[in-house]
Amino acid sequence: MSRARADEEEYWHSSKFRAFTFDDEDDELSQLKESKRAVNSLRDIVDDDDDDLEKVSWSGEPVGSISWSIKETASSSSSSSLEGRDTSLQKGSSSYAALPKQVSSYSLSNLFKGRNRLPSLPSLSDAFSDTGAKNYAPELRRPKAEYKDYSNDWSPRDTVRRMQRGKVCSLERFRSLQDKLVLLDEAVAGHDGNVITAVLIFLKRTLRREVLFRELEVRQVALCHLIHFLKETGEQKLLLDLLRFLDRTEEVALSQYREHLNIQDVEKKREFLKGCIGLPFSAEDISHIQDHYTLLERQIIIEANDRHLEMAGQSEIFRKYPRKASILNMPLVTTLFYSCFYHYTEAEGTFSSPTNLKKTFKIPDKQYVLTALAARAKLRAWEDVDALLTTKNWLGYTKKKAPIGFHRVVEILQRNNAPVQVLQEYVRLVDDVETRLNLATKYKCHDVVIDTYRDLKDRIQLMAYKCKVERGSAEEEKINSLLSNMVRSTCFF
Amino acid sequence: MASTARRDAPEPPDFGILKRLARDQLIYLLEQLPGRKDLFIEPDLMSPLDRIANVSVLKQHEVDKLYRVENRPAPSSSDQLCFLVRPRVRTMRYIADVVNADKMSGRSRKYKIIFSPQKFYACEMVLEEEGVFGDVTCDEWSFYLLPLDEDIISMELPEFFRDYFLEGDHRWINSVARALQLLNSLYGPFSRAYGIGRCAKMSYELWRDLEEESESDGQGRKPEIGNIFLMDRDMDYVTALCSQVVYEGLVDDTFRIKCGSVDFGPEVTSSDKSIKVLLNAQDKIFSQIRNEHFSSVFGFLSQKSRNLQAQYDRRQGMDIKQMKNFVSQELKGLKQEHRLLSLHIGACESIMKKKTKQDFQEMIKVEHALLEGFDIRESASFIEEHIDRQVSPIESLRLMCLLSITENGLIPKDYRSLKTQYLQSYGPEHLLTFHNLKHIGLLTEQTAGETLTAVESRVSKLVTDRAAGKITDAFNSLAKKSNFRAISKKLSLIPRVDGEYNLKMPRDMAYVFSGAYTPLSCKIIEQVLERRGWQGLEEVVRLLNGSEFAMADGGLEEGAGGDAQRVVLAVFLGGCTFSEIAALRFLGKERGCRFIFLTTAITSSARMMEAMAEAKA
Repeated sequence: MSRARADEEEYWHSSKFRAFTFDDEDDELSQLKESKRAVNSLRDIVDDDDDDLEKVSWSGEPVGSISWSIKETASSSSSSSLEGRDTSLQKGSSSYAALPKQVSSYSLSNLFKGRNRLPSLPSLSDAFSDTGAKNYAPELRRPKAEYKDYSNDWSPRDTVRRMQRGKVCSLERFRSLQDKLVLLDEAVAGHDGNVITAVLIFLKRTLRREVLFRELEVRQVALCHLIHFLKETGEQKLLLDLLRFLDRTEEVALSQYREHLNIQDVEKKREFLKGCIGLPFSAEDISHIQDHYTLLERQIIIEANDRHLEMAGQSEIFRKYPRKASILNMPLVTTLFYSCFYHYTEAEGTFSSPTNLKKTFKIPDKQYVLTALAARAKLRAWEDVDALLTTKNWLGYTKKKAPIGFHRVVEILQRNNAPVQVLQEYVRLVDDVETRLNLATKYKCHDVVIDTYRDLKDRIQLMAYKCKVERGSAEEEKINSLLSNMVRSTCFF
Repeated sequence: MASTARRDAPEPPDFGILKRLARDQLIYLLEQLPGRKDLFIEPDLMSPLDRIANVSVLKQHEVDKLYRVENRPAPSSSDQLCFLVRPRVRTMRYIADVVNADKMSGRSRKYKIIFSPQKFYACEMVLEEEGVFGDVTCDEWSFYLLPLDEDIISMELPEFFRDYFLEGDHRWINSVARALQLLNSLYGPFSRAYGIGRCAKMSYELWRDLEEESESDGQGRKPEIGNIFLMDRDMDYVTALCSQVVYEGLVDDTFRIKCGSVDFGPEVTSSDKSIKVLLNAQDKIFSQIRNEHFSSVFGFLSQKSRNLQAQYDRRQGMDIKQMKNFVSQELKGLKQEHRLLSLHIGACESIMKKKTKQDFQEMIKVEHALLEGFDIRESASFIEEHIDRQVSPIESLRLMCLLSITENGLIPKDYRSLKTQYLQSYGPEHLLTFHNLKHIGLLTEQTAGETLTAVESRVSKLVTDRAAGKITDAFNSLAKKSNFRAISKKLSLIPRVDGEYNLKMPRDMAYVFSGAYTPLSCKIIEQVLERRGWQGLEEVVRLLNGSEFAMADGGLEEGAGGDAQRVVLAVFLGGCTFSEIAALRFLGKERGCRFIFLTTAITSSARMMEAMAEAKA
């Protein structure tokens, strides 16, 4: 036994296994055991005032040169592209920067001082200078009991088990393909992804890739691990080779397309996207990629032109409404909005005209109207709004039509502070009576309310509504005359 | 349902020890690098760290300056650098860059990396490749468990969801097993274990494996937790995708609760600053409304304010002595209550404002229709309009997923048109998001004649359970069918209600979704606990296609465990939502048992959707 232990000591300290060993400084298992012991001894003395600790915050502390919590929040809000756009769309809380400085009155040191009241327990800081109190800290050293006879040929199963517990293990001796595969299968059966990946790293270094790929094809779990590992380490070339080998052509395409996210320069990105068009995407996706390329191409042209226009200061619209951001890399709908805002009247021939965009990208009518409406309403161009929603039939009659439903039209107009005269024209067109009444009441379109109640022959509501209109106004007069008319007509019954 | 002999639920065990353990180990590790040092902290670890220690404790152990790990050169001038990080390749490269830059300029310092909760071999490989292995020392901070509240423990591993369910990486299973081992040693032994899902099964097996070789020095100790239930998130995506309407869930959806605390902005505090508020059982107001349906929160808050006013008003008739008593004894409490009340009232107002702007009512209506399976066309066009109007990209995606998962995939025409419009509205790069969602099974396209027969599901289960996992992709996608409608019918998840569902006095867990739907995950737990196993649930298990299991420790029989038998550790692998927590808390109250939640992270529909997006490298 002691002989074996000496061997093991030698093993740990020798460096000849360096190439494929993993560090063995701490041993979770023994830590846990020690922690358990420590905890059992702590149980009686841990008192309830732990909760006070929760009020302690980093934020008050002058932390080095950085303002602590601000950055903490900043990182979380920029972590995802989805989230990022979310906030930009509904310009929400911009108040992160204004975190208060709460200088905390609690600190852990106070707590420890408090603990000193208990005569039996030395404070934690004391504990560390005092070897006798070592129990309070989770022990990092391996206890003797953990030593097993060291032998150079652990079975694949034992090797995996040792690795699962974070111990050093040499994989060098697994040289035959058979041994390597048994080791891999054991790792998979052990359910620890960390170990599976470790074995794969070893296999990747010691097997020709075709051999490795071939074996992984029938080992899906291991395969997932290798793919994830290659993604994380950025070994794109090997990843693509693997996916090609597996005939996962769509993933090859997507994986390459994904790289565009990391290209900053728009010209380079455009070139890159052009190259993506030839990749083996599904028939459906290929048109999306094509559109992505075309969109960026357009945006580059529009951006160059508009920046020039804006700088020159000749164009009124750009002077009145300077651009807040560049249009590059924006979604199609945002681009359409932009073009409806700045280039509404342009002929279809120009790249920046809304009609051109609509045609090129086959934007559905509904989407187009919605976006154009929002853009023109923002400019308070009410005639444009009117024209947009007016259709002529073959007899030359005009009719108001909204593919999105008039309640949406009203909502958009209202959000852009449309005057009541404009608003009520469209409130009137809302089909559903209840919605119409709601909207009309909400936005004080008195005429619409009155007319609707008149059509419903609802005397009571009409009377009730009288108190909502201004005394002596035209509306009040209208209600009065309606009411007296109604009285007369009901008299006949 | 409410039994006549209703027992009170046992008190939850004291989880303060977990914090103390983590803190002590961190201090110990810091002491391993004696002398003054600068500490670099992974952003993800800051909030958890905040909950167990503070700056002064770090300062006490000779931490000089604090920095966050980010992609910028480190300005530190200290001779010793310590990095407190998650085991990630990206972070290793950053550290290697720091070390290599020092080497280039001929500067020598000491470097220490503390991995939390554990070190990965892949990280060491990167250090080796970058030529800094040996220049840095590595340690592990086994900080697996952060108690967020008296009944919630979080592993704070939001990446678990993507790593396991999307990438198929088993790297965190060992962490889960060790977390279970720690809990079992402190609060166990657990005498009954149930679970459903592949990850649940693997975690359970690895944990048992760890237990077997550790000496059982817990024998004879009185257990505080008697049952454990493990569940994979993919057993029930529907619940996680629904809009939350209990107060805590709404606060999370609206403001994002982070590590048990929330930043209330000026719109809530009605001042010009934000306030960071800890939301837990200690908050006297919050603890009374957190599990309530939002509609009953207002009434409660206004009642509270009136009471508070009355208590303040008592001052009027007081003489000097009474006044002195009042000021010294009651005033502080009243002031505290006042502060909390005004915060939560502010939060409610802000939630209302935001929700009315978003057509929340209409959205909830659509969700309920999807859950019940009627008016599918109307729902699809609602979603379409949502996308066209460029309302929140996350919400649009969430609704599409809900449609897909309740309908076993979108019909191809819808899939194509919604996807196209989504890409047009929110950006073409979301092509990658769609691919991920398809892969994970959240947003799929129906293919002709695709129904999963009993035989197929049995075969695929057999095959996928095999160690080598030799399954084809086709099988995989087949196995990923949600079968929601059939499961919902089988477990009667949609309560039949005559008249109005009383949300103030709920009669079942469905109240967390306005009485329209009982969360599937919670229903499964309820059923299994009631039956003490899976008997009678075979059909549900088949439809879920999960690897169910139930184990009982022979030694302990009925009554032997005492209160511990009425304490259940509910483990959610891949995250759990506040709605699920509320539902199970309700169930616990009804049945006289106590649920303790162990989750890889608190999740929500938004977090799940965000995890599916591709970010820049």
